[in-house]
Amino acid sequence: MEIEHFIERIEEEFEDLPGGVLKPTSDFKKVLDWNSINALVMISLIDAEYEVIVNAKDLNNAQSLHDLLELVKKKRTV
Amino acid sequence: MAVFTTRNTRIAGISACVPKKIISNWDYTWIGMKERQQLVNTIGVETKRAVDKYTSASDLCYVAAEKLVEDLGWIKEEIELLIFISQSKDYTIPHNAAIIQDRMGLPRTCVAFDIGLGCSAYVYGLSVMNNMMSSGHIKKGLLLMGDISSTGSRRDKSAYPLFGDAGTATAIEYADGFEEMTFNLQTDGAGYDAIIIPDGGMRNPTTKSSLEFKQIDKGIIRNNIQIVLNGIDVFNFSLREVAPNILSLLERINKTTEDFDYFVLHQANKLMNNAIRMKLKSPKAKFPLSISKYGNTSSASIPVTIVSELQKEISVNELNLILSGFGVGLSWGSVSLKTDRIKCPEVLIYEDHIKNYNPNRYHYKVKSK
Repeated sequence: MEIEHFIERIEEEFEDLPGGVLKPTSDFKKVLDWNSINALVMISLIDAEYEVIVNAKDLNNAQSLHDLLELVKKKRTV
Repeated sequence: MAVFTTRNTRIAGISACVPKKIISNWDYTWIGMKERQQLVNTIGVETKRAVDKYTSASDLCYVAAEKLVEDLGWIKEEIELLIFISQSKDYTIPHNAAIIQDRMGLPRTCVAFDIGLGCSAYVYGLSVMNNMMSSGHIKKGLLLMGDISSTGSRRDKSAYPLFGDAGTATAIEYADGFEEMTFNLQTDGAGYDAIIIPDGGMRNPTTKSSLEFKQIDKGIIRNNIQIVLNGIDVFNFSLREVAPNILSLLERINKTTEDFDYFVLHQANKLMNNAIRMKLKSPKAKFPLSISKYGNTSSASIPVTIVSELQKEISVNELNLILSGFGVGLSWGSVSLKTDRIKCPEVLIYEDHIKNYNPNRYHYKVKSK
C-alpha cells in the first residue's frame, strides 16, 4: 500500500489530470476539482484496489492523499 | 437468509413503454460542461425520457401491458392476477392496480393490488407473482411496474440528470414443471433516508413549507416533495451488498457466474454496475446496459434493459439469467431464472401506441358544489 502506487492509480482513473501534479501532501479535493462524481470514482477505485469502502465522512476528513491512504490502511486492519 | 425457490411458473413475455420526449444531459445547463461529460462518461446517462404532465407511470404500464397481451394472444378473461409496483402512483388512494384492471377490461375475478418498492421491485415482484401462481389455481398474471422520476427538481444535480421515466409489463403463466426460480431477497431499513421524498406522506404531511425551494448544497436546490438522493451512501451500500448477495445465491444453487448468459442489474449508474461486474469477475458483454439511453428508470430498469438490450436474443433463444435490483429502502435482491423464447416487442413509444387503446378515463377532478 504505497502512496506512489495510489497516486498512479488515481492518475489512471482521472484522465484529465496531468502526471506529476498529485503529491502525497496534495489537497486532492482541490487538485481534482472535487464534486460528487469524483467522490464516487475515488470510492470505487479504493474499493477495487484495497477492498475498503470509504464513506462521505472519510473523504471529508482526509485533507491530503497521505491522510486518505492512512485511513484506508486503518479501515483495512479493523 | 431469505433464499427460496419458486416452481411451476414461466415468464411468457416482457414489454416496456417510454415517453417520446428525449432529454439529453449534454443540454443540462444547470451544471458546467466538465460535469456534463462526467455524467455521460462516468455515470453513463446520456439521454433519458420524460413524460408530459398529463401522463403517469400507470399510463406507460397500461400501453406496455395491452401490447404484450395482444402479442401473446391472451384472452383477458383468463388474467386473474395483476400486481402494480411503483413509487409514483396516480393517487394516494386508491391503488393503481384497480384502475388498470378496469381500464384493461380484466375480469372482476382478478386479484389486483399494488406494492410500494423502487429499485428492487422487479425481483421482489416476480417472487410474489410466482408464489401466488405456483399452485396452479391462477394460470395467467401480469406484473406491471414503472416510475415517473422526471418530477424531481431540475436544479438538483445530484438526482435530476440520473432518472428517466418508463413503464413495463411482464406476463407470467403457470407452467407445470418449468425450471424453478431461486431468489435471495434482503432489506436494511437503517438506510431508509438514503433515497427519500420527505414530505407528502403521513409522517410529514404536505404543508406550505413543503413547497418552498431551498438551497441544500452547491448545485442542489429542491423542495420537500422532491426526491432526495444521497448518492455516496447508496453507492457504498451497493458496492458492499450486491455482489455478495448474488454470490450467495449462486452458492445456494451450486452454480457459478459462468453458468449464466447475462446478469441484468438495476441501472443505477455505470460506474457502480461496472464495479459490481468486476467483483463478480465477469466479462462486460454479460452485463447489458440501457442507462445511456434511458437513465435510471427505477423500478422499471431491469425489464427496460431486457427489452432494450436483449430483445432479439430473448425472443429466439433460451437464456439463463441473473437479475438483481438494489436501492431505495434499502432493499435488494437477486433471482436466477431461465427464459425460453418469450414474447418481447421492441421498446414502445407511448405517444405512438396510446391511440390504439382506451383513453385515460381515470383523471379525477375535484368538483365543488
